[in-house]
Amino acid sequence: MAEERRQKQCSVVLPTESMKAMAESVGVGQLQEDSCVALSEEVSYRIKEIAQDALKFMHHGKRRKLTTSDIDNALKLKNVEPLYGFQSQEFIPFRFASGGGRELHFYEEKEVDLSDIINTPLPRVPLDVSLKASKEQQKTESTEPLKVVKPGQEEKGTIQGKGQSTTTPDGKGKEKGLIRLKPRSTHELSVEQQLYYKEITEACVGSCEAKRAEALQSIATDPGLYQMLPRFSTFISEGVRVNVVQNNLALLIYLMRMVKALMDNPTLYLEKYLHELIPAVVTCIVSKQLCLRPDVDNHWALRDFAARLMAQSCKTFSTTTNNIQSRVTKTLTKSLFDDKTQWTTRYGCIAGLAELGADVIKTLILPRLTVEGARIKAVMEGPVVSNIDKIGAEHVQTLLLKHCASVIAKIRPQPDNVEQYRAEYGYLGPMLCSHVVKARTQATLQAQQVNRTTLTITQPRPTLSVSQSGLTGSGGPRTPSIIKVPSSLTLMSPRPGTPSQPSPPATKYIVMGTSAGAASTQQVITLSSSQSASPVTSTVPSATSTLQPLVKLESGGTPGLTASRPLQKYIVVSLPSSASSSLEPKSSVLPTSISSASLDGGIKLERSESPGVSTQSPH
Amino acid sequence: MYIKYIKSEPPSDGFGNSNANDGRLLSSSPGAGTGGTATGNNKPAPGPPEEQQTLLAVLQFLKKSKLAESAEILRREAGLPEDALDPKGTDASGSGPGLAAGSGQVDGVDASSLLSRVTVSSSAAAQAPKKDSSLAACFYSLSASPDQPDVSVVLSAYSQQGDPSLYDAYYSGLKRFIESVLDCHRAELSQLFYPLFVHMYLELVYNNNESVAKAFFEKFSGDQECYYEQDLRILSSLTKKEHMKGNETLLDFRTSKFVLRISRDSYQLLKRHLQERQNNQIWNIIQEHLYIDIFDGMPRSKSQIDAMSGSLAGEARREANKAKVFYGLLKEPEIELPLDDEDEEAENEEGKPKKKKPKKDSMGSKSKKQDPNAPLQTRIPLPELKDSDKLDKIMYMKESTKRIRLGSDNLPSICFYTFLNAYQGLTAVDVTDDSSLIAGGFADSTVRVWSVTPKKLRKVKSAADLNLIDKESDDVLERIMDEKTASELKILYGHSGPVYGISFSPDRNYLLSSSEDGTIRLWSLQTFTCLVGYKGHNYPVWDTQFSPYGYYFVSGGHDRVARLWATDHYQPLRIFAGHLADITCTRFHPNSNYVATGSSDRTIRLWDVLNGNCVRIFTGHKGPIHALAFSPNGKFLASGATDGRVLLWDIGHGLMVGELKGHTDTIYSLRFSRDGEILASGSMDNTVRLWDAMKAFDDLETDDFTAATGHIHLQDNSQELLLGTYMTKSTPVLHLHFTRRNLLLAAGAYNP
Repeated sequence: MAEERRQKQCSVVLPTESMKAMAESVGVGQLQEDSCVALSEEVSYRIKEIAQDALKFMHHGKRRKLTTSDIDNALKLKNVEPLYGFQSQEFIPFRFASGGGRELHFYEEKEVDLSDIINTPLPRVPLDVSLKASKEQQKTESTEPLKVVKPGQEEKGTIQGKGQSTTTPDGKGKEKGLIRLKPRSTHELSVEQQLYYKEITEACVGSCEAKRAEALQSIATDPGLYQMLPRFSTFISEGVRVNVVQNNLALLIYLMRMVKALMDNPTLYLEKYLHELIPAVVTCIVSKQLCLRPDVDNHWALRDFAARLMAQSCKTFSTTTNNIQSRVTKTLTKSLFDDKTQWTTRYGCIAGLAELGADVIKTLILPRLTVEGARIKAVMEGPVVSNIDKIGAEHVQTLLLKHCASVIAKIRPQPDNVEQYRAEYGYLGPMLCSHVVKARTQATLQAQQVNRTTLTITQPRPTLSVSQSGLTGSGGPRTPSIIKVPSSLTLMSPRPGTPSQPSPPATKYIVMGTSAGAASTQQVITLSSSQSASPVTSTVPSATSTLQPLVKLESGGTPGLTASRPLQKYIVVSLPSSASSSLEPKSSVLPTSISSASLDGGIKLERSESPGVSTQSPH
Repeated sequence: MYIKYIKSEPPSDGFGNSNANDGRLLSSSPGAGTGGTATGNNKPAPGPPEEQQTLLAVLQFLKKSKLAESAEILRREAGLPEDALDPKGTDASGSGPGLAAGSGQVDGVDASSLLSRVTVSSSAAAQAPKKDSSLAACFYSLSASPDQPDVSVVLSAYSQQGDPSLYDAYYSGLKRFIESVLDCHRAELSQLFYPLFVHMYLELVYNNNESVAKAFFEKFSGDQECYYEQDLRILSSLTKKEHMKGNETLLDFRTSKFVLRISRDSYQLLKRHLQERQNNQIWNIIQEHLYIDIFDGMPRSKSQIDAMSGSLAGEARREANKAKVFYGLLKEPEIELPLDDEDEEAENEEGKPKKKKPKKDSMGSKSKKQDPNAPLQTRIPLPELKDSDKLDKIMYMKESTKRIRLGSDNLPSICFYTFLNAYQGLTAVDVTDDSSLIAGGFADSTVRVWSVTPKKLRKVKSAADLNLIDKESDDVLERIMDEKTASELKILYGHSGPVYGISFSPDRNYLLSSSEDGTIRLWSLQTFTCLVGYKGHNYPVWDTQFSPYGYYFVSGGHDRVARLWATDHYQPLRIFAGHLADITCTRFHPNSNYVATGSSDRTIRLWDVLNGNCVRIFTGHKGPIHALAFSPNGKFLASGATDGRVLLWDIGHGLMVGELKGHTDTIYSLRFSRDGEILASGSMDNTVRLWDAMKAFDDLETDDFTAATGHIHLQDNSQELLLGTYMTKSTPVLHLHFTRRNLLLAAGAYNP
């Protein structure tokens, strides 16, 4: 390559035509061909010489581009009068023209009327040279880019630095900085980003489910959120802190859904913010009290949901250095083994552990079954203590049965003898036995369709509701909207028939009705945009095992039912064809009718920077 | 071992015979034109008897070669009596009694044996001719004084000496030979390619064989090492004899001998080959234009050679780096340490006992220790410390107690000063030692000074106003300042071309700037006016720097000389001449006794301020050098060039000791941390890189480098030494500076 280039350099000379043209321009008519050749060689050499000198000036000018002033200076070196008139041009706009077999480069000079120039208002004076300092805290990562400029200043690329800094794992805790000059979160957001952030956070904790869905969708998919990530993270952790104290279940759920959405966003790297997010999630799993009325509110679902988030983050982010999984396991086990632990926390611990997988269940929960069984028995069959304890014990029992049965079914050889079970697992033995048997039959019958027991929410109470019950509804059966989002999409329950709602295309839902655990039919409900239309229901064969229910709604059938078994379970699978799907199966009652004022107030208390912004759609 | 009294080029030892024959053979062609011969004479007027002897030997040789006419001319020119030749001539025509002794020559029958007298046995061939080119020139323009070789004289050395069509064959013959020798010799002998190629090409051009020259260039230019590409490009544009006049690169090549370092074995091999082939064309070039520095020992490897070569004129001669350099630091003047007092005042308030005594003692004993490598305190006169200097020293000591200890696991924080809206016009930056002021030189001829502390820049009041103030008051220094002029930025107007170098004086009262207009200006930072314009360089001045002790400053520019100035003299005190191309950067040694200059000829030279001698020549860079930095202890020098490499040099031994690869573009700034643990480099590639200087130099001491042969084996450990790379978005790093507390400041202009 270099060789070729060199050869080219060696041979490049100006064409003799140029010489002729130049000679004509100064009035020399007939120029001999020989003279032309001689001249062109000489001129080419001199031009090269000057170019080489000009390069020197470029180097000393600390530039990469050769400018006309460099050429001028090089000419001055040779005691040649510089070419005037080319200064202050960033580049020389040569135009190219060809025709008649001739090619020509020329410098386009327009004739300008002087009066035009005089009469036009003066252009703005260019900015003067100024000096900006920006410090970069020394980090261990050598890939950390040096941020040259303050945000909002001339270097737009600095935001990129932030993005890159989050890509380097294990930055936390390894900083060996000398002086902390600039905390990480002080990078300012642009006005647009501030607006967006405000909208998103308000929608996420606001009363409008449709907006929330949109907001969550945006969090889960928007690729440009990394600058706001620290703020989101703080928002969530602070929000959980405040709302746990205030027992604001709905808000906690919304915040967990935000965590979920953040985790779903493939462009975000949460590693650096786990120190804020994980405590928040764990709080939602094991907190003693998460709602105002523990006897009626379904905080269990929140615990389940948070436990699943926990499991997911363990799976995604646990490394040998941060040991998230082992640390979480340790924490949960510790409180599980504590006798004084309340039922709520106990439930959370078990749920949290159970979500971590069969191995964890096998090693940590199965050995505890006897102990827990005895404890449950004491509550169930002993003297009536508080109703709350009883409910708690029931939930723990259900949870244990649900999680353990499948594991036992795998590790324990047949046949399942009730007495053996009783001997081995104590009080829970017989129930376990029946669950295991059920699990086995299911496994054999429906090898394909795995009845993911871990996905069901037992819903023994008919009055389950997320709402804070400020609403004195019609008294009819309210649709509980504990929404589980195991995979990627969120579901919202918008106000039906709202005209402002964009009409989504028809959406398919597969509703799997189960009765007492027995899988029966699956229905495909096609909902058109008009909610008033009755759902078209068709029964389809069960889907494959990979079927991931996006949303599961359970409707408490009869209000008066006190039985410990739910009557019917619906697993609603949404196959949305648009980003925002709307659904309200079988019920047109607004599920979450929470007084928005109180909620917003609760959030705004800690977020002073979002005062009274109109809740407009972020889109 | 070296012969001091070589006066003419000896066709030396074993090769002498064949060369003599060549002389006879070749004499036909030039003889026709000019009546001269291939070999030459020295000074027209013979001085000391040795010279006369030599002349006689030459005369005899001429006579023997039946060139009576030439001999007669020479004789007349030399002013020798007509009969001078005869008795001696008969003497020498014998077997050269006694004269050939030790030269290892078998057939010392002819005059060459006589000449070999002046060589001392072994390293004879290494003693390349010093006046050879001018000698040859004598035959063409005998009127010209060889002491002042002008262009035509220099060029005339390229006389027609052979058939141009054979050059190709000569060169490829040598190439075949070198490619066929043992691997260990091949690398060394390959060094010959480039200088031979250039000289042969120039000879062809000089003799108007344009097309042959072009063909020759195209055929063999690809074989040359890639780091010569720049020079080859210049060479390629040169195709006519007329071009050779006034071409600086060419003159560099001619006026200086290309220096090669070759082991004795390899050299013998080459010599034998050329002898066998009667390849006198190449041999002539080697004799006339090359300086072959022969060493005893193992031939060097390719990588060793590559590390040291690349300069315009080959490697440095070994003896060029032999002089003793006092690289130690000067003793710090003993200052009463009010530092302690002040601390103690604070402490005393808390009722703590005085501990002044022990502290002072420790300081005292430290400063009494005299570095054996340090120059005498009075080796060059240094300015006396003023009160304000002492105060500053105290501040410095205070700050240094708070200095952060840097290391590979404790890197400095970096503060970047970005020049906005500079429109590609920022050409130079400097920061004061206490990091309070920053100055920028711009292509629009201005110098701008910023205060980066809350303290604004103020001018001294006008003379009329100064008369009004109370000169006895305590705060007189405060009162003389004009509060109305306080601003963060002051612009200094005066230059008429881009400002390429600026430097603050250590006491922060002055600022120097050097410009394309050929002047260096001294500015007062009290009045913000120009005090002096130093004229001397007639061409652009690329760099200037104050001595660490003030008063002196050095400048270097396009005129290839560096000048040492004192602020109160309008003419330079010293002129350091020797570089073959522009001087691109200048740096003072920390002890102020030496000056380092980097040049476009890809060498670094170290000059003694006391006597103006060049005491070190460092070769190894493959591009113009744009950054230099002395280590704080004065032992080492770091240099950065357009090739993107940082090279480390041991000043005492005069050796390259390290190579730091990583940058992808020109390095414009280098700086050692205050304690010398970290080397920071800033480059056009928009990065700041930190290197583990401690490790680079520590590893070295365990190395058994062979100072005798003048080369060492470099290990390629750049990656281990690289501690960090910090990217800017689009801001070339033009300047680096460690504050007294070891915070790294970087500066550059944002380049949209």
